[in-house]
Amino acid sequence: MSVFSDVPQAPPVAVFKLTADFREDSHPQKVNLGVGAYRTDDCQPWVLPVVKKVERLIVEDESLNHEYLPILGLPEFRSASSKVALGDDSAAIKDNRVGGVQALGGTGALRIGAEFLRRWYNGVNNTATPVYVSAPTWENHNAVFADAGFKDIRPYHYWDAAKRGLDFTGFQDDLEKAPEHSIFVLHACAHNPTGTDPTQEEWKKIAEIMKRRNLFVFFDSAYQGFASGSLDKDAWAIRFFVSEGFELFVAQSFSKNFGLYNERVGNLTVVAQDSENLTRILSQMEKIVRTTWSNPPSQGARIVSKTLNCPELFAEWYAANVKTMADRVLLMRDQLKSKLQALGTPGTWDHITQQIGMFSFTGLNPKQVEFMIKEKHVYLMASGRINMCGLTSKNIDYVAQSIHDAVTTIQ
Amino acid sequence: ICLQFSSLLLFCFGLCSSWWGGVQMGPPDPILGVTEAFKRDTNPKKMNLGVGAYRDDQGKPFVLSCVRKAEALIASKQLDKEYLPIGGLGEFTKACAQLALGNDSEVLKSSRNITVQTISGTGSLRIGANFLSRFHGGPRDVYLPKPSWGNHTPIFRDAGMQLKAYRYYDPSTCGFDFKGALEDISKIPEQSVILLHACAHNPTGVDPRPEQWKEIADIVKKRNLLVFFDMAYQGFASGDIDRDAWAVRYFIEQGHNIVLSQSFAKNMGLYGERVGGFTVVCKDAEEAKRVESQLKILIRPIYSNPPMNGARIASTILSTPDLRSLWLEEVHGMANRIIKMREQLAAGLKKNGSSHNWQHVIDQIGMFCFTGLKPEQVERIIKEYSVYMTKDGRISMAGVSSGNVGYLAEAIHAVTK
Repeated sequence: MSVFSDVPQAPPVAVFKLTADFREDSHPQKVNLGVGAYRTDDCQPWVLPVVKKVERLIVEDESLNHEYLPILGLPEFRSASSKVALGDDSAAIKDNRVGGVQALGGTGALRIGAEFLRRWYNGVNNTATPVYVSAPTWENHNAVFADAGFKDIRPYHYWDAAKRGLDFTGFQDDLEKAPEHSIFVLHACAHNPTGTDPTQEEWKKIAEIMKRRNLFVFFDSAYQGFASGSLDKDAWAIRFFVSEGFELFVAQSFSKNFGLYNERVGNLTVVAQDSENLTRILSQMEKIVRTTWSNPPSQGARIVSKTLNCPELFAEWYAANVKTMADRVLLMRDQLKSKLQALGTPGTWDHITQQIGMFSFTGLNPKQVEFMIKEKHVYLMASGRINMCGLTSKNIDYVAQSIHDAVTTIQ
Repeated sequence: ICLQFSSLLLFCFGLCSSWWGGVQMGPPDPILGVTEAFKRDTNPKKMNLGVGAYRDDQGKPFVLSCVRKAEALIASKQLDKEYLPIGGLGEFTKACAQLALGNDSEVLKSSRNITVQTISGTGSLRIGANFLSRFHGGPRDVYLPKPSWGNHTPIFRDAGMQLKAYRYYDPSTCGFDFKGALEDISKIPEQSVILLHACAHNPTGVDPRPEQWKEIADIVKKRNLLVFFDMAYQGFASGDIDRDAWAVRYFIEQGHNIVLSQSFAKNMGLYGERVGGFTVVCKDAEEAKRVESQLKILIRPIYSNPPMNGARIASTILSTPDLRSLWLEEVHGMANRIIKMREQLAAGLKKNGSSHNWQHVIDQIGMFCFTGLKPEQVERIIKEYSVYMTKDGRISMAGVSSGNVGYLAEAIHAVTK
C-alpha cells in the first residue's frame, strides 16, 4: 500500500493547459491569445536586444562567478528595482526607509510578502486577517495568500460586466466595509485580467478610504513600463500612496518589461515608516527566504541590475525596447477595435482601447469563448481575457472575424 | 508634568505608529554571521572556514571549465526566455533523475518517478516538506540525524511538520554512533518520515559504511518509515558519482519508495544559479502522474516556475558527452583536493606534537570536518588566530589550502593542547 495512494489528481493550471491544447492543435489559422507573454508581429517570443547585449557581457566577463547571492539578493538589483518603482527622486528612498527583497518573479515577491504579513502583521501569526483580491484577479493571487496561511480571502468588487468598466461604487463600498487592518491586493497598473485601471482621481479616493480605515496596501506591479510605455505613469498610483505616508509592499516583476520570463526576476519593495522598522522587517524577511529558497538566482538579477544602473543600457531598454513592446500592443488595440467596428460587430468596443496593458477583457461569455476555441481555433481564457500580444498584422483580421461570428451566432 | 508627558507620548504613538512595531529583530544567521565577522577582521593570516562553498588552492571561487564551455554553447544557441513549465526544464529533470538513480534504474524504465526542477537543495527540501505536510497521512514527525544541517529544522517547521532526532554523531569518537542510530530508529513510530544524508553528512562529514547502510535500510523497512534522502554532494564526497549515490540506489533496490532532494550547487559550482531537483519514487507511473499534478499545485503559488539559466547549464553538461567527462574529472579534482587537505591537516597536527587522535579528520568525508573543538576552543581560535568557523567546531575543508593548512594545524594545536 503506497503512502501516496490517496493523492488525488489535481486539475491542470488553466492558462498552461490552454497553451498545451494550442500546441496540439494542427489548424493552420490557430491563434494563441492565452498566456501573458509578449510576441512580435511574427508571433515570436522576443529577447530584448539590450538583454542579449548584457548577457554577452556577462558570459564574457571572466571575473564573474556563480557564488551565492546574499539571502535578500543582489544589492545593486534591489536598490535599482525599488528606484524604478518609487522614482529617482523618492523621498522615502532618501529617508532610508525603503528596502527590497529579490524574489523569484512577481509570484515569489508576492509569496514572501504574504508569508511576512501572516507572521507579523496585525498581531503575530494572525491567519484570520482578511485578504481582499479584486473580482476578477490573476488566478494565482488566491493560492499565494492561502498557502501562506491566510484563512479568509475575499473578493472586492472591481469589474462591472454590464458597463465593461470599473465598478468603482462597489469597490469603495468594500473598502468601507472591510474589517480594519484587512489587506488589499491592488494592481498598480494594467489590471490582470481586465486591463481596467482606476483613474488618478479614483486612486486618490481609494487611498483616502484605506488610510481612514487602516487597511494594508499590497501593490502587485507586473507591468511597469509595459502598460503605457512610461515607467512614471505606470507607477503613479504606487508613488501617490507612498507620498500619502502609507507603509506598503510592492511586488515587482521584471518578467514582462524585460522579457526575462524564465529567469524569475522580481523584487519585493518594502516601504516602512523609518529605517529602524525597515531593519527589523528585512531581518525577518531573511528568515522567510532562508527556508523557501535560501538565496535567489543570480542571472536575471545581474541582467536587470546592469541595465538599470548603466545610463546607456537603461536608455536602450526604456526608450527603445520597452517602447517597442508598448507601442505594438497599443497598435493592436487600435486595429482590433477599428476592425470590429468596421464589421459592425454588435456591442461597443471602446473598452478595447480604453483598457491598458497586455490583456483585454473582451466581454465574451464562456459559450462564446468555447466557440472561439473549438470552431475558430482562437485560444483565449474562459473569462474572455485575451492577450493583445498574441495579435499580429497577419492574424488580426481572422481574430476580428472570429469574434464577430462568436458574438453574432452564440448568445 | 509626568502625566502630560506620557499622554503626549501616547498621542504621538497614535499618530505615527507603524504596523511593524511588534516585529522582532531576527537573529543573525549563524553561518553567514561567521563570514561577516571574517570580513571585518584585518589579520592577514585570517581564514574563513565557515560557509560551504568550494575554493581552489588559491582560496578563490572556482568556476568549472565544463560550466564555462556549457555557457558558451548555450549563448551560441540564442534561445528564448519563455516561461519553463512549472516542473522545470524537461531535459534537466530527466538527466537529474538519471544521475541520482543510475541509467539502468528500473524506476526510470517504468516511469514511476516524478522529478521536478527546484530552487537548489533548499527549494527541493521545502517542496518536499510541503508535499509531505499536505499529503503524507502518517505522523507529522520528521526524524533528523543529530546533528543535521541547521536549515533542515526551520524548513520542515515552516512547512508544518514537527522535528525529532535520532542519534548519529558520536563526539567521543568523532565518528558514527551506529549502535545509537539503530536503537533510536528501531523506536520511531511507523510511517514517520526519516531524513538521511545520502553522502558527505553535513555538518559532521561522518557517513555510514555500506554494511551499516544495509542494516539501516533493513530497520527502516521494518519500521515502515518514509525515507527522505538529502543528496547535496553527489560526486563531491568520494569523487565518484555512482559511489556517492550508492545508498540512495540501494534503498530503492530494497523496495523503499523514497523522496529525494538533489543540489547542483556544490558538485557543479552553480551555487547562485539555484539548480536542484526533487524526486518522488512512486508505486507506478499512474501514481507518479497524480503526485506530479499536486507538486505543480504546490509550486505555482511559491514562484510559478523555476529559473532557466542554471538548469540549462547543468542539463547541457550532463547530456553532452565530452562536457560530462570533463565535469566528472573536475568533480574528482575538487574531491581530491579536499582529501589532500585533510591528509595535510592531520599530518600537520601530528607534526606540531598534538597528543590527540586526529584520525577523524581523514575519515570524515566531503566538504566539512567536525573537528571536535569545544565552544571555548572555537572562541579562542577565532579571537586569537582569526580562524573562523561555526560554534559547533565545524570547518569547511574547502577553505583550507596548501598555503594555510600549516597555520591551521598550528592554531588548532594551540587551542587544544
